[in-house]
Amino acid sequence: MADKHINARGLQCPGPIVELFKVAKAAESGDVITIEVTDCGFSKDINAWCKKTGNELVSLEETDGVIHAVIKKS
Amino acid sequence: MSSKTIIMFSGDLDKAMASLIIANGAAAMGDEVTMFFTFWGLNVLRKAKKIKVKKEFMENMFGFMMPRGADKLALSKMNFGGAGTAMMKSIMKKKNVSSLPALLESAQAMGVKMIACTMSMDVMGIKAEELIDGVELAGVATYLGEAENSNVNLFI
Repeated sequence: MADKHINARGLQCPGPIVELFKVAKAAESGDVITIEVTDCGFSKDINAWCKKTGNELVSLEETDGVIHAVIKKS
Repeated sequence: MSSKTIIMFSGDLDKAMASLIIANGAAAMGDEVTMFFTFWGLNVLRKAKKIKVKKEFMENMFGFMMPRGADKLALSKMNFGGAGTAMMKSIMKKKNVSSLPALLESAQAMGVKMIACTMSMDVMGIKAEELIDGVELAGVATYLGEAENSNVNLFI
């Protein structure tokens, strides 16, 4: 198991999910991925992405306009 | 895994951007994506530089009048002879929105299948050598075959 971090600050849609997909694809089951995003649509998108791809959304919070999401690869 | 199909009929910058954003997003959701480029949409796939190929007079005229590639497309509204498009591109760059060529490259890297309609190519005099690499050439049956297995189909 490994922890991966993605800085997707400043990226516009669909940049953040594209980056997340690439990292998740290369990750192993159980790996934890943290992603930071400034595109405010991401809060909703990450729920849809996790539901669709079957990965687990461990936490989702926003501080000072930056969304931090933690995803566990299934 | 589900799949999505998109028909890119338009050669307008804004519409092509919408299509490519959806295609990138769908690929990032783990879907198989097929884009079928026909009529004006073929211009999205043209190489930016002029390629020497044998053409008839009318084909040459067509080729000359149509935008050569993703970076040359114009907005469907408020183009104002190119000023509107230039303004929009500069705003998008400032806001860090990916350019259309970048979206195309990203889609291809994620395995989005791109098919150019051979009938449209023939009508508009666009040769295979003039299209970017990695594009397949096929007809409506190939697209329909893909659409059969797809749960979202868009005509843009």
